[in-house]
Amino acid sequence: MEAVTFFIAAGVVLAGACGVVLLKNPVHAALSLVGTLFGVAIHFINLEAYFLAAVQVIVYAGAIVILFLFVIMLLGVDSAEKIRTEPIIGQRHLAILALVAFLVAGALIGVASSGEITGVPPQEATSSPSEGGLAIDQITQDSDGTTIAPEENIRQIGRSLFSTRYVFALEITALLLTIAVVGAVVLARRPKIEFETIPEQEMSLFLQVDRPDQLSENQEEILNAEEPDAGLPTDPPDSEAVNE
Amino acid sequence: MTLALAIGPEYYLALSAALFVIGAIGLLVRRNPLIMFMCIELMLNAANLAFIAFGKSMGDLGGQVSVLFVLVVAAAEVVIGLAIVVAVMRRRPKASIDEISVLRG
Repeated sequence: MEAVTFFIAAGVVLAGACGVVLLKNPVHAALSLVGTLFGVAIHFINLEAYFLAAVQVIVYAGAIVILFLFVIMLLGVDSAEKIRTEPIIGQRHLAILALVAFLVAGALIGVASSGEITGVPPQEATSSPSEGGLAIDQITQDSDGTTIAPEENIRQIGRSLFSTRYVFALEITALLLTIAVVGAVVLARRPKIEFETIPEQEMSLFLQVDRPDQLSENQEEILNAEEPDAGLPTDPPDSEAVNE
Repeated sequence: MTLALAIGPEYYLALSAALFVIGAIGLLVRRNPLIMFMCIELMLNAANLAFIAFGKSMGDLGGQVSVLFVLVVAAAEVVIGLAIVVAVMRRRPKASIDEISVLRG
């Protein structure tokens, strides 16, 4: 039964991941991401991490993807990609190399599947629970069952999170969240005195000026012209309020 | 046939590796900053899956606690990243991700 669940959820996860990479429309990619996250949540349930499965659905699919969709709708979905430019030298070759390396690694795993991947055998790992951390199998073996109850999982995670082992990391995490909130507010705030928006035509002069061999014809035209065109083709509507 | 198959941690690790590689390929290939963020999320999810698979096989709860921390870090990263994207796009619409090399330190 676990195998059937695993393969179905693995199919969902991989299909969603391929959808994120391959789909052109960012909205469709976000929906594929939801599929992937649900598949990973199914794997979490399969691995008896019940609380984290719920957190995965609530936080990822409920909050982060919605945030993505908000930003996509805010910016518009018509941004066509230019697939030709290659800022990092040979990065597409690197992607192909990554694919080949993964296939080779899969072949190696298939060859070495008779051996063990994880170093520590599970019996020895469970027999020595480190300080503060609780081993899962302790309670499992007490109740003489193969699985632990979901509420027991939550209680264990909470106890372990506030133990001496992880409490410092927990406090650091709280600090990180505070910094993220403050940073997001500062970044999204509209400043009182806004800089003048640089027109796109002139802006293209500043871009990639350290690689003059890549100047397009349009950019060379502008460079050779005596006085650059002062038109503002892509002036956002809110810049009039600034000019006053 | 698959009913008799015992799913060990190596299956989950293989799936995690596949998910990570797909995310990395997407991050290298795609040019839309939002989709690049989604690919980063894919890679973080692959790490989470590996954490929980190892935690299950070792019988330690530290894997699940680590996944909680990774979740928090991912949420903070997405918030800051999307705020940067919105700020850049507001200033300079139709900017490609390659043209925002000003942020390069």
